[in-house]
Amino acid sequence: MTLRVAIAQINPKLGDLAANLALYEEKIRQGIKERAEFLLFPELSLTGYFLRDTVPSVALTTNASELQILKKLSRELPLVAGLVEESADHRFFNSAIYFEGGEIRHVHRKVYLPTYGMFDEQRYFARGDRVRTFDSKFGRLALLICEDLWHPSTIYLAALQGALAVLCPSSSPLRGIVDAQVQDDNARYWEMINRAYAETYSLFMIYGNRCGFEDGVGFWGGSEIVDPFGQRIAKGKYYEEDFFVADVALESVRRKRTMSPLLRDEDIDLTINELMRIRERPAGAKTVQANKTPKLKKVKKSKPRSRKR
Amino acid sequence: MVQIPTNTALLRELLTGFIRNEVQKTGLTRVVVGLSGGVDSALSAMLAAEALGAKNVLALLMPYKSSHPDSLAHAKMLVEKSAIESLFVDISPQVDAYFERFPDADTRRRGNKMARERMTILYDHSAHWNGLVLGTSNKTELLLGYGTIYGDMASAINPLGDLYKTQVWALAAAIGVPEVIVAKVPSADLWLGQTDEGELGFTYKEVDKLLYLMVDQRYTRAELLGAGFPERFVDDVAQRIMTSQFKRRLPVIAKVSQRTIDRDFRYSRDWGK
Repeated sequence: MTLRVAIAQINPKLGDLAANLALYEEKIRQGIKERAEFLLFPELSLTGYFLRDTVPSVALTTNASELQILKKLSRELPLVAGLVEESADHRFFNSAIYFEGGEIRHVHRKVYLPTYGMFDEQRYFARGDRVRTFDSKFGRLALLICEDLWHPSTIYLAALQGALAVLCPSSSPLRGIVDAQVQDDNARYWEMINRAYAETYSLFMIYGNRCGFEDGVGFWGGSEIVDPFGQRIAKGKYYEEDFFVADVALESVRRKRTMSPLLRDEDIDLTINELMRIRERPAGAKTVQANKTPKLKKVKKSKPRSRKR
Repeated sequence: MVQIPTNTALLRELLTGFIRNEVQKTGLTRVVVGLSGGVDSALSAMLAAEALGAKNVLALLMPYKSSHPDSLAHAKMLVEKSAIESLFVDISPQVDAYFERFPDADTRRRGNKMARERMTILYDHSAHWNGLVLGTSNKTELLLGYGTIYGDMASAINPLGDLYKTQVWALAAAIGVPEVIVAKVPSADLWLGQTDEGELGFTYKEVDKLLYLMVDQRYTRAELLGAGFPERFVDDVAQRIMTSQFKRRLPVIAKVSQRTIDRDFRYSRDWGK
């Protein structure tokens, strides 16, 4: 099936939920008008990114009244929102929520919270602990947030769970000037991994990044959709606001996987066994001689996998 | 061979975007900038003119009586070329009135005083003209501490603070700052014959390469020596960065409460914007 995907490359106001909700509504209406079937918003775009001590003030529980409007609008246009989600036990997560048919269908809590260089996410957010796919009316999808994708294990898990497309809301800051390159070096890196992941795992990468500046830090925009053959089928402007709609031919996943059945051939047991061995003896540990390798329980060979598509 | 990237097309796009975004966020449309006749302020002003429109940039020309006549001439040249608004304020009377009480003050005190007088005039016109004060300090100066705290280092937003002098020169040339301004020997022009490089003891081109590797690329001391930089040069620059750290921070606050500003009371400056 062909899915008309829209990406809203917006510049939210830092810590101003009401203003950003209004902006969301405006973009959803635009998506409906342009006959989009799905709309992706960037990471934390309902709140802004460098929230610091405002995190608790802008946090929403999944039944918050502010989200009712998004639930309602998702009857007309399914969407992904990026926001601070508060759990019942008052932990704050950097979450992306998939809305469809008037309700919340999936919540992904960012699992890799960058806390180095210019980033300080683990100071303010609790860490998600699962990577799961979910079934939408378009088929099986995965939601991964920005830094999550810099860890190849997350997309590996998503692909093995049958994702046809990975939705990635992002708040990726521009940095690194390189000669003779139209975009900054972080943008270049993202474009490279989006393409490599799409082609490696034979799925669509639907990447929505924000724009604008917060305290001098700019976000590079450049949202994009890459097909399973590694071809970019849509691209947002760099460094400024944009909104675009593109047709995503989900059936091309089948064609690509027929031509190169890499996922079919993936040996999960090999991976699990090696991971268990590595967990016992991490890379930094002192090496032991081969005959002294401790005995490890091996995972039982599983039955051939049958994955529902 | 160290090559500092100078992608001027990209820098131009990013920095004009930065100025437009950060100014509009505050609800204002204008900036105020002190124009010295040198390349840094010329570049800042031209970037702002491109970002906001020439009519939204007010250049303040604030010479002291001993300033080199070329400085004012070059500032005027820039105003004409970029068609920005301008205002002339001779700072000699207010500086001289003060030093009548302290006639023995050395050139350093006098130079710092001049920089701070200019700052007060900029902030006065910031309020009067509804424009943010636009910074002109580059990364080289900021790292070396080669500037007057609460003087030329004071601003609301600074498009040049992450650009080495080498990059300032390249971008200034690309954006159309007059050749005579780009090519001249950098000087704070606080006294006759003063040059930045004479005072610092090394050239910007040399130190930019060292800073780029030391700061941006995180080279260790051993790696810098291995790359061929003289030991004394490396240590001198490292020392300058360390001893000038106070200039790059807010004043130190004694913590007594549960939440102290900038320690555990942490908000972005663009909070709510």
